[in-house]
Amino acid sequence: MTTTAEKKIAGRKAPKPDAFDVAAIRNDFPLLQTQSHGKPLAYLDNAATSQKPQAVIAAIARYYTNYNANIHRGVYKLSADATAAYEGAREKIARFINAPSAREIVFVRGATEAVNLVAATWGMDNIHSGDEIIVSEMEHHSNIVPWQLLARRTGAILRVVGITDAGELSMEHYQSLLSERTRLVALTHVSNAMGTINPVDRIVALAHARGIPVLIDGAQSIPHLPIDVQKIGCDFFVFSGHKLCAPTGIGALWARYDLLDKMPPYQGGGDMISSVTFSGSTWNEVPHKFEAGTPHIAGAIGLGVAIDYLSGLGMDAIARYEHELLTDATEKLEKISGLRIIGTAPEKAAVISFVMENIHPHDIGTIVDGEGVAIRTGHHCCQPLMDRYNIPATARASLAFYNTREDVDRLVAAIEKVKEVFN
Amino acid sequence: MSDLRDLYQQTILDHTRKPRNKHEMSDATATADGHNPLCGDKIKLFLKVSNGIIEDISFTGNGCAISTASASMMTEALKGKSLAEVQALFERFHTMLTSPMDRDPDIEVLDKLAVFSGVREFPVRVKCATLPWHTLQAAIKHEHRPVSTE
Ligand SMILES: Cc1ncc(COP(=O)(O)O)c(C=O)c1O
Repeated sequence: MTTTAEKKIAGRKAPKPDAFDVAAIRNDFPLLQTQSHGKPLAYLDNAATSQKPQAVIAAIARYYTNYNANIHRGVYKLSADATAAYEGAREKIARFINAPSAREIVFVRGATEAVNLVAATWGMDNIHSGDEIIVSEMEHHSNIVPWQLLARRTGAILRVVGITDAGELSMEHYQSLLSERTRLVALTHVSNAMGTINPVDRIVALAHARGIPVLIDGAQSIPHLPIDVQKIGCDFFVFSGHKLCAPTGIGALWARYDLLDKMPPYQGGGDMISSVTFSGSTWNEVPHKFEAGTPHIAGAIGLGVAIDYLSGLGMDAIARYEHELLTDATEKLEKISGLRIIGTAPEKAAVISFVMENIHPHDIGTIVDGEGVAIRTGHHCCQPLMDRYNIPATARASLAFYNTREDVDRLVAAIEKVKEVFN
Repeated sequence: MSDLRDLYQQTILDHTRKPRNKHEMSDATATADGHNPLCGDKIKLFLKVSNGIIEDISFTGNGCAISTASASMMTEALKGKSLAEVQALFERFHTMLTSPMDRDPDIEVLDKLAVFSGVREFPVRVKCATLPWHTLQAAIKHEHRPVSTE
């Protein structure tokens, strides 16, 4: 049976998502060829982590097979090759987010570490008792707790921007919170729990009008949208590689050079120093000042290759395709009686959180898993957001460019199965 | 996959839809809160113990089908039992959920609670079934203290 929504889509002339060769793209991902519970896997938990293309897996294997060596140290060829690949990845990241210079890219473990780094260095230098830090109700715990820790150490105060019923940031509330006491705005670009895309350009402009720096949590935006940190205008931008087709344990902090230059080091150790004596040490230049110890070299190289892969597909094309999928999935899920979507902002990335009448998300997750459909259930590291909607948890399907309408249909069929069990 | 019907047995669904003993208790001698952060399940357990016997037991909270049914059936099973019997039952229940599928549950002792044996096939859901029981353990531990200090 074809639904009206399907007919509408079928009758559309505009560029089709099929112009984007998803079948070929899926072949690049070994894990998408596997089965789950004897059924083809429909992987719809991309907001948690993305799958990895063969190119990335091979690049990591190549590093360990052919040129594994420590970086920035050896005079021998292997070390020089490893250093070149590691630093090459830094340049790829800079280009990918249009950073003015690769010196402004600091390798970290992920978005979480990047926020903690900023809080522990820039924060300790610039945030004092009575100062205010603005976050929002839709932040991931990783953009809340580091600021709470900083506030506890310094006596600063967290101010929380509320959100609307549709899951949009309340811009009025945000403006009313900006004051002469505000020292930092730390907001997410895209909500991992609802998909809401926040108007970061305006958020930054309003803060900058008062001379307040802004940190943008890009963990969920960079996998889905073209990112231009200069256009956003923010002062700090953080993200994780593993949501971007790269390995876990690698990510980046971008910050304006003048900020990085003034910031004290994060951790002490090898690589981050210029000279060490027992009467005192001096720091290496930016960004190495922030990269103490042997980093995740293979991870950085993998991240560089992931960026090559995504750039090859084109982030604009990815965003367009995912938007079509989101529209399709939203239309289909909305038709299911008893299902309510949490987060209905007009500007959304391909994340759909939902709850069902009298059925707990955890039960939804188990039953759809049995159908080979992997979704996330729980609070998504957003407990304050769950409290805002007065729900314990949601079920969340988050789509990526390698997902298809069939994946969406599989989810819909699996939800019907949930209803059967609980009829 | 492991059969869903093993997990969502009719008895379990019945208790999920109509949980028994789901209410607060004003004259409880002990209470405890339980929380499963993985799925957001929250439960509050109320106990009224006198002379080592559970005179009354109830719960409130919000949870998945498995934890709700487990709480509901636990309260039914424990009313009138001595604390020693409760302990023995908890151990059997726990053993059932953590032993291999081919081991038959101890139906004699567990009685109706044996319907939870299907949960074994879904390791990530075992915590849902045991949450009310762990909360009960916490409540019993605090039992001799006045509720007001909870
Ligand atoms: C919006 C957002 N910020 C930050 C993070 C933290 O990322 P990581 O755990 O990779 O450090 C996540 C991951 O779920 C996220 O969705």
